[in-house]
Amino acid sequence: MPTVHDWINNPLAVVDGLFAQSNSSPDWEKKVVEYFKEKLKLNDAHTWVPSLNDVPLYYLKPNSLVKFRCMVQDMFDPEFFMGVYETNDLTSNSKVKCGKYKDITVGGQVDFNSRNTVTSERQTFYCVPIPGESQWAKEISFICQARVVPSTSYVPNRHKRSYEEDDEMDTQPQQLKDVRTQSSAESHGNTEPKRQETEAPSHDSSSAHCTSSLDLNFPLPGEKGPACLVKVYEDWDGFKLNDMLEVFGILSVDPALSVIADEREASSLLDPTEVTETVEEQRVHSPPPSLVPRLHMLYAQPLVHNNPLLPSSSEQSYLSSVLGELASVRAELHTYLTHVLMGDSLAAEYLILHLISNVYSRRDVLPLGKFTLNLSGCPHSSPYTEHLYKVIQQLVPSSYRLCMSLHNMNNQRMVPRKDYTANRLVSGTLQLANNTSLFLDETQLEQGQLDATGVRNITALGNLISWQKVDYDFNYHQMEFPCNINVLITSEGRSLLPSDSQVNLRPTLNPPNLEEYLSAVQVAQVPSQFNKYRIYLSGARALNYTISDEITKAVEEDFVEMRKDDPQSMSAEDLHRLLVVARLLSLSHGQNTLSRDGWMKAKQLEALRISRTQQQKSLSGNEP
Amino acid sequence: MFSPSSQSRKRDPPTPASEDPLSPPSQRSRAHDTSTELQPMPTSPAMDTAAQDVSLFSSPMAPRSVLQSEVDASSPLMYGTPSSRVEGTPRSGIRGTPARQRADLGSVRKAPQVDMHSEPSFDFCEQGAGQRLVIWGTDVNVGTCKEKFQRFLQQFTAPNSREEENAGLDLNEPLYMQKLDEISVVGEPVLNVNCSHIQTFDADLYRQLICYPQEVIPTFDMAVNELFFDRLPDSVLEHQIQVRPYSALKTRNMRALNPEDIDQLITISGMVIRTSQLIPEMQEAFFRCQVCVFNTRVEVDRGRIAEPAVCRNCNTTHSMALVHNRSAFSDKQMIKLQESPEDMPAGQTPHTTVVYAHNDLVDKVQPGDRINITGIYRAAPMRLNPRQSQVKSVYKTHIDVIHFRKTDEKRLHGLDEDGEQKLFTKERVAMLKELAAKPDVYERLSSALAPSIYEHEDIKKGILLQLFGGTRKDFTQTGRGNFRAEINILLCGDPGTSKSQLLQYVYNLVPRGQYTSGKGSSAVGLTAYVMKDPETRQLVLQTGALVLSDNGICCIDEFDKMSDNTRSVLHEVMEQQTLSIAKAGIICQLNARTSVLAAANPVESQWNPKKTTIENIQLPHTLLSRFDLIFLMLDPQDEAYDRRLAHHLVALYYQSEEQIEEEHLDMAVLKDYIAFARTSVHPRLSEEASQALIEAYVDMRKIGSGRGMVSAYPRQLESLIRLAEAHAKVRFSSKVESIDVEEAKRLHREALKQSATDPRTGFVDISILTTGMSATARKRKEEVAQALKKLIQSKGKTPAMKYQQLFDDLRGQSEAAITKDMFDEALRALADEDYLTVTGKTVRLL
Repeated sequence: MPTVHDWINNPLAVVDGLFAQSNSSPDWEKKVVEYFKEKLKLNDAHTWVPSLNDVPLYYLKPNSLVKFRCMVQDMFDPEFFMGVYETNDLTSNSKVKCGKYKDITVGGQVDFNSRNTVTSERQTFYCVPIPGESQWAKEISFICQARVVPSTSYVPNRHKRSYEEDDEMDTQPQQLKDVRTQSSAESHGNTEPKRQETEAPSHDSSSAHCTSSLDLNFPLPGEKGPACLVKVYEDWDGFKLNDMLEVFGILSVDPALSVIADEREASSLLDPTEVTETVEEQRVHSPPPSLVPRLHMLYAQPLVHNNPLLPSSSEQSYLSSVLGELASVRAELHTYLTHVLMGDSLAAEYLILHLISNVYSRRDVLPLGKFTLNLSGCPHSSPYTEHLYKVIQQLVPSSYRLCMSLHNMNNQRMVPRKDYTANRLVSGTLQLANNTSLFLDETQLEQGQLDATGVRNITALGNLISWQKVDYDFNYHQMEFPCNINVLITSEGRSLLPSDSQVNLRPTLNPPNLEEYLSAVQVAQVPSQFNKYRIYLSGARALNYTISDEITKAVEEDFVEMRKDDPQSMSAEDLHRLLVVARLLSLSHGQNTLSRDGWMKAKQLEALRISRTQQQKSLSGNEP
Repeated sequence: MFSPSSQSRKRDPPTPASEDPLSPPSQRSRAHDTSTELQPMPTSPAMDTAAQDVSLFSSPMAPRSVLQSEVDASSPLMYGTPSSRVEGTPRSGIRGTPARQRADLGSVRKAPQVDMHSEPSFDFCEQGAGQRLVIWGTDVNVGTCKEKFQRFLQQFTAPNSREEENAGLDLNEPLYMQKLDEISVVGEPVLNVNCSHIQTFDADLYRQLICYPQEVIPTFDMAVNELFFDRLPDSVLEHQIQVRPYSALKTRNMRALNPEDIDQLITISGMVIRTSQLIPEMQEAFFRCQVCVFNTRVEVDRGRIAEPAVCRNCNTTHSMALVHNRSAFSDKQMIKLQESPEDMPAGQTPHTTVVYAHNDLVDKVQPGDRINITGIYRAAPMRLNPRQSQVKSVYKTHIDVIHFRKTDEKRLHGLDEDGEQKLFTKERVAMLKELAAKPDVYERLSSALAPSIYEHEDIKKGILLQLFGGTRKDFTQTGRGNFRAEINILLCGDPGTSKSQLLQYVYNLVPRGQYTSGKGSSAVGLTAYVMKDPETRQLVLQTGALVLSDNGICCIDEFDKMSDNTRSVLHEVMEQQTLSIAKAGIICQLNARTSVLAAANPVESQWNPKKTTIENIQLPHTLLSRFDLIFLMLDPQDEAYDRRLAHHLVALYYQSEEQIEEEHLDMAVLKDYIAFARTSVHPRLSEEASQALIEAYVDMRKIGSGRGMVSAYPRQLESLIRLAEAHAKVRFSSKVESIDVEEAKRLHREALKQSATDPRTGFVDISILTTGMSATARKRKEEVAQALKKLIQSKGKTPAMKYQQLFDDLRGQSEAAITKDMFDEALRALADEDYLTVTGKTVRLL
């Protein structure tokens, strides 16, 4: 019976063992998958598996079991490989071997004409780390990782420190403060000196490489981390582009895999008649494994969310256990956000609703549950929006701030595009995983000319908001990919993009020094508090929700009543919005069904918001 | 089980040099795929070693006593190999015509057939005997196969064929014999054979063709050449006729390819995304000895040339040198094919496949073409590095093309029925037909359309009919050109009445839909523009939304926001169904047989019920009259409606997916239903229906004539016909009957009632749409003008009058209220009569 370290350190031995036992009956494949699934289930065994996200690649043993938290960025063509093959070595003993979970044949000459050869099919996915994953999410999953005895020789420095302090939460304030005080630092930049110690070697080298020779094709600019070619052996039809996965698989980094070890040599050696791939294509499909390792998937867990504080498949039972202290957490979060929004409690309320919104279903083309918020009245050209984004980044597991400056709009590639020369999907900023918070900063937009790209980008953003879909550009045609992205727009006046709801920011406080004030607000939060907020936001989103028949009736009555008074004030669209607000409001209070009370509250909230917008209109008077 | 390969391998383990990754995956596939009716079939060890290493088989049914033996590879049974010069064939016609290498079949056809007990000759009458020749590794008997195919060519008729290739052929005569005659006339020695014809003729032959294309197709070649030169011994052809089978019934999507298909004949569809440059591929190497100038030819064997180490003449070693310009090369081109977007499951990226085209198939397709290709699927292992023995455990796959068929070739010219035809299974068709037989199918389908949008039954019905379209008629003979069969619909109404949503739904439903917004799109984006390809410096015509949605629906949102310039291109598209381009030296007329589904908002953000449609949306009436149906989507503002709407919306938010599914027809069913009806139902007017239409039209004219106005124009009659045809299509009926006309009339009236009602009189007045002004409005205008004229005349001879004073006088005099607009209009009318002129604030008489 192999020990723990055997199946983690040398999973191929397990595979080969099971293969040898099978006597070429085909069900050994199932047995392998079952074996690893069982092993991973046992008392948190999955936390022992080193993670490609955190441990630098060169610390990981080749052909060991690793895990990788990632998003499917591109899907390559399926490939046929030798599932079973026979080799002859010099002593002319032929051996039947299993080629599954391997890239390269081992031992002796392969006998291509053997009757034992079995051709199988597998699919390759190009996976990248989840785009825009917040620093805190990375750190927490890193700590979880480091708390267990790592099976590699790699002992992260951090690991020791967290043991010394012996409180996972205590490491947080330090880091958070660090991040916060460096207000000028890049939001994705990672300037903590201690992190550099642990991560710099791998990441810096890879990023240096990717600028020079290889584009790792991350959706967001400035992203870091390993990209990975994941080989999938079964049910690959079940995976979709932009799915978040936690892949458990066998790492393969054989340097022989790199086709472009030496480009000059390669091109001269390759038979011109056999070249089916361009240089670009080879570069993309067979990058050096030191940069893009191969991962042979044994088991993949689809991630509903990437919040490391919650169990990966948030079950309703777990959620209801959290619900106990939900009311207090909500109140605290509301106060905190009110402070951040400079005393505007209505805006804070809507921000909470926005943060827990989620496209839970689609009816033909109509996405249900989306709640795009437009915070208007943000001061132009002030660092306020940037600070606001940092607050949101602290709360959600993944986010991205898109400055809608003219330059960005005209130059950034937002919509992913198929590059037929390299045969891959070139990523764009709108290729994001589900429930990513997209922060559109319209205050950065100035007057000027949008060129063709700019217009296309604006259209893409509009489509994203209205239909929650992105039309990927396949040159000869477009293909529609549904998405589920929370869009928050900050603007001075009403945004030029459509939105579900517009709240005009009305500060009641006017701090003389904005930055000081905001950092004071943040420092006032106990760090464990942040974790509560994070659990709250992800948890509330995952709750079930129903409307009883009785309430349905009441809502109908109400609608008819409202229309009677003034048909103009209440259109079908208003009812749509009201239903979404009511849903989110109930969920934010941890209620699974809509109550009469909740409905009334939602109506009040909307009335308040609308009256404010109308006041604003009459104040500025620039709209009829 | 007896293994033919064991012996050969033991004796001769492949050396690294000769070991060549060839077609290893084939073994497995053969073992599996031929299981149909044949019993244990000897699997073929890929012919790894030299050609003389040949084992032999009796037919599977024969006693297996025969042992393999070595047979002289130079026996006349060698046929069809690249350089086989068909010396053995008796006919002079063939001998005179050079055989052309078939690079598409690969050079691996050194698979002689052998039979221990019979002379190596073709004996067609051997069937009865127990022993039959089969090609090694298959169950193909060359003689039988050839005979069967010849019989097929001589006898097969396809009386119901609708393929355009067969146009001009007598369908009751043997089809392929006519094609052979054609070959002799045209001189293009290629015979395209539809596999489904072979299947209906002889299922077993078809199975062999699919499973062993590499062996069977050369047999077909032989058969057809014998037949051809038998019939027409004097014909002169460039080379021997090659058979190109197409539409193997295994037509499938790229995604469905799996290891079992390797080395089989497959047909897949897709879109060309890239083509390589021409690659010259050596077929036969020419070597010359440096010492004694002895020449020798070496055939390429599986991509390799075995360079002779020793000169056969003078026995000098390593004296042979390759002479390039005397070697034989063939053309080859790499083509990348991508899955068609329609075949893809949602949320996945399209797959691509590498395809090799050979000889005259090179440069037949361009990037962007949609094609069906028939070819042989191949797989070969990849070497990491030519110097290493280690192999990547991955195979490279590609398809050797035998036949291309462009599916969109005809789109610019005519209708490509065949390419459009979606393959439906029999069960599916039966299911659709059953659905069509239901009396309420029309209602069912219309309610399945955009179920999330509430009510608007008539609008949905209108859109449903638009999706089906009328029957296409060709009046080119009488000089009218094509008659529009597409139905155009305009939706106008209050903002927020889910117009855009309806458009989005339709766009998602139809395969060739386009969605544009009037706001951002320019005339260029709608029509077409000419672009210079940066690489080739070639001018490329890039087509816009209207051309792209040919045979589909073009959804245009915010129609009112479109610039006049852009809108003007729609005039041509919406009636003539063509699009003329004269740009950068390219002058052409493209087909744009698209239905237009447009949505427009009223000018004053809210629909003003006191105004006519034209006044509300401010679109030129010339354009409006091109819409068959114009619907208003208004907020009805009625309590009962509100209640139902609220119920619908709330339900939308809490019902689970399953509940919804139960209530409505599946979108996929709807899609298939429409696709099936569009391709296979072509209703014609029945006598009775024509009468009904005539009556309807006369009635419509009568309504107006009573009040001195015209309420219907021929365009309306055409609309009615289209709608009636579409309704017949919904019922899968090949005849338009009076119920269809009834519904068309009803829908047309509903739409008119909504959009062409004169807000002043309440009557339906088509002239609102055709001339932009209702008849009553025109009458009133005249009255005011006359009154004004009288007023001025009553004032006597005053050459000039104050504008304001005149207005006040007129208002005081008239019983009805006269607005300033009306007064202005009256002045203008009188000015047109040259009765007066208006300069600034004074009115002068002339």
